[in-house]
Amino acid sequence: MPFPYNDIVLEHFRNPRNVGSLEHPDGKATEGSPACGDMVTVYLQVEPDTKKITDIKFESYGCASNIATGSIITELAKGKTIEEAKKITWKEASEALGGLPAIKAHCSVLAVEGLRSAIQNYEEKQGLAVSKDPTTEAVVRRRLKRVMNPMKGLDMVATNLVKEIEIKDGVIRVVVDLPENHQFAASIKEEAKERLENLWDVKEVMIEFEEI
Amino acid sequence: MAGKVIYLDNSATTRLDEKVLEAMRPCYLDDYAVATSEFGYSQGLEAREILSEARDRIAGSLGAEADELIFTSGNTESSNLAIKGVARALGAKKGRHIIVSKIEDFPVLHSAKALEKEGFEVDYLDVDEMGFVNVAQLEALIRDDTILVSVQHANQEIGTVQDIAAIGTLCRQKNVLFHTDATHTFKRIPLDVRKIDVDLITISAHTIHGPKGIGGLFVRKGTPIVKIMDGGFQEFDLRAGIENIPGAVGFAKAVELINDDENQLLKEMRDRIISLVFEKIPIVTLNGDRDKRIPQNANITFHHVEGESITLHLDMYGIAVSTGSACFSRSLEASHVMMAIGGDHERAHGSIRFTFSRLNTMEEIGIVVDKLAKIVEDLRRISPLGKTGGE
Repeated sequence: MPFPYNDIVLEHFRNPRNVGSLEHPDGKATEGSPACGDMVTVYLQVEPDTKKITDIKFESYGCASNIATGSIITELAKGKTIEEAKKITWKEASEALGGLPAIKAHCSVLAVEGLRSAIQNYEEKQGLAVSKDPTTEAVVRRRLKRVMNPMKGLDMVATNLVKEIEIKDGVIRVVVDLPENHQFAASIKEEAKERLENLWDVKEVMIEFEEI
Repeated sequence: MAGKVIYLDNSATTRLDEKVLEAMRPCYLDDYAVATSEFGYSQGLEAREILSEARDRIAGSLGAEADELIFTSGNTESSNLAIKGVARALGAKKGRHIIVSKIEDFPVLHSAKALEKEGFEVDYLDVDEMGFVNVAQLEALIRDDTILVSVQHANQEIGTVQDIAAIGTLCRQKNVLFHTDATHTFKRIPLDVRKIDVDLITISAHTIHGPKGIGGLFVRKGTPIVKIMDGGFQEFDLRAGIENIPGAVGFAKAVELINDDENQLLKEMRDRIISLVFEKIPIVTLNGDRDKRIPQNANITFHHVEGESITLHLDMYGIAVSTGSACFSRSLEASHVMMAIGGDHERAHGSIRFTFSRLNTMEEIGIVVDKLAKIVEDLRRISPLGKTGGE
């Protein structure tokens, strides 16, 4: 019976590179959640003039393919400019690892998304966001699709938790269909805020709970 | 794999005992004839005798009569026969309502779901955080058209033992048939059909060092049930197909080889691993009840880490265990048992099941916990969970 993971994957799993966190990251993002069984946080340090990634760290709660992809993605991104790093695909990461089981694509793609989101987070913080389009309901909805509903293991939009979105004078108000004291209310609120507060034209994010 | 393997997945299956294999040998090479009717030829009559003896011994170990034990291909078939066989016998006569617990193993759960598609109504009993069903809830769910209740004797993952005596008494009182899946309790904890009001019991050989491919279904005399697979008239016309005589003989031998000392040893290994883990590894949760659990099972969640990563690291040391994590399973879904006892994905993903057999030793337990402590520490170091007072 062939082992599902090849030697390169196992080596990265056993000795993951660039593990840990950065105390004052220029960019930071988390993808996934404990509910879906995999979660990756990526931390970036970016040189302001050259826009090169000078340091990168990751943390992983996940299976072997998640850990190995987190490791390889940090190796691939280190030293690259943020424009170059943005273009790294799951396919490239998977090839660098000598191939991953197809069924584990979901677990490993998170690391790639983590890197992209961390870069986006950096750009937004620096006011570098390419798009200066006004934030619309569609934009908010798209971002909330990255927030997990821990009860279902799917995102909060797909699971109909988003009851109402209101955007007015730079203030986003999102009404979530859950009681305020629900066990997951606090974590959903925090995650949703993180996803929205760095949008260039947003001054305030209000997440409210209201059970239908 | 270098070095000795430490196998702690004995609820998945056990190693065949050599004595069982020896007992089976002649059934393949010498007494290989089919069991004939009493008017058959000598070899067939001999085979019939051998089968009957095996049946006597296994039925006897449950306190049952020989003609109350049906041989099947294993626990999956036994539970299918129990549930679908009763549904077919009573569906048109008495009713089409069935009650099963939420934490049943797949043979029971998926048989119930298959019947739902055929128009039967199924209620799924909740369990509390230790995995116990609520007998009062069961009582409230029983209706005039309820034909069958199926609640396992003990759980396959968390080892919690249900009060099947109380459930049996209730079902008898309400005139509803009661099936229990005893795959993980048979010969491990006492089970006597003269003392408990149970109508159908699923058992299997492969969890007690017997051969794979043979199991049994106890069917109390007079229980309305019909066969679900068409063919000949074997097994009191409840299970068609040529009898697996080598399997039956191996099953009987396996039953005979288990004794109380062995179960005591399993219990000591179970208690040892629990106390060692709690002593050496912080932030862990025992899944299932501390005391009312089968002797061979310990199930522990190592918070903030994911189970497949733990099992893969352990595998590199030659240690085999299983996990309730989605990443480990064929379905890529978190364990339905772990979800039912708490609804917490993180607890499911980080859960590891250790199941013991008489081939394990106390020394192995020590080795496993030492490796685990290191693995969990390393994985926690790279995990984003559990930092700065989070999760």
